[in-house]
Amino acid sequence: MSSTIAQKRGFASTLWDYLTTVDHKKIGIMYLIAGGFFFLVGGLEAMAIRWQLVRPENDFVSAGFYNELLTMHGTTMIFLAAMPLIFALMNAVVPLQIGARDVAFPFLNSLGFWLFLFGGVLLNCSWFLGGAPDAGWTAYAPLSTTSPGHGVDFYVLGLQISGAGTLIGGINFLVTIVNMRAPGMTYMRMPLFTWTAFVTSALILFAFPALTVGLFLLMFDRMFGSGFFDAGMGGNSVIWEHLFWIFGHPEVYILILPAFGVFSDVFSTFSKKRLFGYTAMVFATVLIGFLGFMVWAHHMFTVGLGPAANSIFAVATMAIAVPTGIKIFNWLFTLWGGNIKINSAMLWALGFIPSFTIGGMTGVMLAAAAADYQFHDTYFVVAHFHYVIVGGVVFGIFSGLHYWWPKMFGKILNEGLGKFTFWTFFIGFHLTFFIQHFLGLMGMPRRYWIYLENQGLDTGNAVSTAGAFLMAIGTIVFLYNVIITSVKGEKVSGDPWDGRTLEWSIPSPPPHYNFRQTPLVRGLDPLWIEKSEGRKGMTPAEPLGDIHMPNSSILPFVMSLGLFIASFGFIYQTSDKSWLSLVFIGMGILLGCMFIRSVKDDHGYHIHKEDLDKEAGL
Amino acid sequence: MSDEHTLNPEIMPEEPEKATLEGRNKFLGFWFFLGGETVLFASLFGTYLALKGSNNGGPTADELFGLELVFIMTMLLLTSSLTSVYAIYHMKNNDFKKMQLWLGITVILGLAFLGCELYEFTEYILHEDFTFRSSAFGSAFYTLVGFHGGHVLFGLLWIVTLMARNAKRGLNLYNAPKFYVASLYWHFIDVVWVFIFTVVYLMGVI
Repeated sequence: MSSTIAQKRGFASTLWDYLTTVDHKKIGIMYLIAGGFFFLVGGLEAMAIRWQLVRPENDFVSAGFYNELLTMHGTTMIFLAAMPLIFALMNAVVPLQIGARDVAFPFLNSLGFWLFLFGGVLLNCSWFLGGAPDAGWTAYAPLSTTSPGHGVDFYVLGLQISGAGTLIGGINFLVTIVNMRAPGMTYMRMPLFTWTAFVTSALILFAFPALTVGLFLLMFDRMFGSGFFDAGMGGNSVIWEHLFWIFGHPEVYILILPAFGVFSDVFSTFSKKRLFGYTAMVFATVLIGFLGFMVWAHHMFTVGLGPAANSIFAVATMAIAVPTGIKIFNWLFTLWGGNIKINSAMLWALGFIPSFTIGGMTGVMLAAAAADYQFHDTYFVVAHFHYVIVGGVVFGIFSGLHYWWPKMFGKILNEGLGKFTFWTFFIGFHLTFFIQHFLGLMGMPRRYWIYLENQGLDTGNAVSTAGAFLMAIGTIVFLYNVIITSVKGEKVSGDPWDGRTLEWSIPSPPPHYNFRQTPLVRGLDPLWIEKSEGRKGMTPAEPLGDIHMPNSSILPFVMSLGLFIASFGFIYQTSDKSWLSLVFIGMGILLGCMFIRSVKDDHGYHIHKEDLDKEAGL
Repeated sequence: MSDEHTLNPEIMPEEPEKATLEGRNKFLGFWFFLGGETVLFASLFGTYLALKGSNNGGPTADELFGLELVFIMTMLLLTSSLTSVYAIYHMKNNDFKKMQLWLGITVILGLAFLGCELYEFTEYILHEDFTFRSSAFGSAFYTLVGFHGGHVLFGLLWIVTLMARNAKRGLNLYNAPKFYVASLYWHFIDVVWVFIFTVVYLMGVI
């Protein structure tokens, strides 16, 4: 059955294949497409924001629409672009890096993707159904509880659904990395990207439930008349801030750590050196993950928690600069004396170091609680978090895509176009955001839709908008690069970069069972060890045998669809109780699918070793 | 089917829930899930503690809560946790009938607990004028205790489904992990209740 894969298939069967797939590599590709789409949507919103601010008292958009734009830009970029793109890389690479044939929970992996996608679609439905959420991506109460219309309702349910998907994905990767490593792949031999994926998954597990609860409380307040954040009923809106940031601060580490992992692998591969200070890098990753939970109140310095709380959180925040500094120096030392090859993946990684260091430095400035009273809610903060999230996460995603594109699709992205994208995006990025530090210091508050002329803000904003256009050009060229590579790019071997880790020991793109024989890992950078001892590939840890594979299933798609339908019921039952029928239909679909999944045995199937030989042409 | 043979060995291994890779994955994954659930309930407890004094002119905690019913509920749920331990003990001895019996007792105790909880809620709503919408305290109380009650209900549906699905075919290495994680879930619900009993009821009355 498996030897028919190579045959051409019709569109419908390909679509069905992707709707039902539980293959982590295909799920990775779907995350990439969906995350890329939402990245473009969020980018479009950013362009509208920058165009509104290009000159004083501009009237490109109305004040209300501006609020919707800035809310949806932040929410989309964090939850629907950065997170899924990180998950795309994790799905495509982590099982390969640990020598696994699959993830621990292929069904749940698929469910996680579809929940994310339907959550994202639900959130964006709000644009066409009376207006998007407009209370900022942080949705502070009571602004969010009193925001008229259904915008914030879409925010609550969209994030609830996609958040559940992310949580499921996190658990899947935790178990995969603990249980499914190949023989010899000890924890301290795992590539840094796998390590960061592991720590990120742990952060997801412990951070997202706080958001779940926060969103539930907000939902109850808005839809069912509870009083959590309503001072008139004795409620307390600061609870939302705590719950949001107990989730929200670990979230930024959830995003940045995998990017750190990408850079570690890229630096090591293209410097032809083993990563400098591997043990310290692992330690720093774990420490950042741990400290990430101790610092949430630095987002709330101006709330009035008191000098004691502010001091503790300020010191804890500054402490994170230490492990991050360890990482920066280890990357530099990895480069030092290396046989460096500069290509697109490497350019993004090199561009990351100064950009992220600036973002880290302003982070320490913001951590000083006393000074934060000046910085709070100004463009200084906007500049800071764009330096770490664009300069860190987005650079990391671009670097990772260039690095692993051949592994995912069997073709190398065009280098010339890749470098063009890097330079336009890199220059545009600094042009856009560097000057915003000074706009903020001069007192320009964030989230305002206009500013007055002759207050020293005109030139800075015009420059910032010009930079945004350069970033847009870079992104469009990247898209063109993707298309031109898929059409005209030449097939490459399984190991185009002379790689060091296990994913480069198998063909590109990998067969659906990943490894014909599970490899035997004999140290850090296992493929490099074998190569340096004169072997061509990994030594197998087992004789050729039947391979167990999971069955495809449409249930994850249908379950997510059920929640999607139920959400509309929840949102509109506030105006008309007959909408509650949708809640019952949607939840019925969900519970019915869970029931089917529970009672129907799913043992998977085996690929027989004779078929493996046939496929390989032996 | 080569699975038939491997999933139905002559003698059950010592830890049937961890005898297959799927079982080990389920076992570990479920522990991680319970870690996330812990954060979920911790957030709800934190919210409750912040709002328990905000009665908005309505009844306060020490006016509302009596310990008699709550004591019975605690005993019901603690006992049900014990009976689920017996069920898993018999699972490890490959005694399917006794396992089903003890799971059945667990379900009955769980149902009794839910009945008491419903009775408690209706009393508050009908006679004490203490509702989800009457104050921030009310919202926090019903959300915390209601989330727990929802977990109990889901756990009951889960265990009953497992019992019914496997009633005819008995134990094997495919369904043993399913029974095992369901019992883990049940223990977790029990632990959360111990905290609710302490934080909500005991601290509310004293």
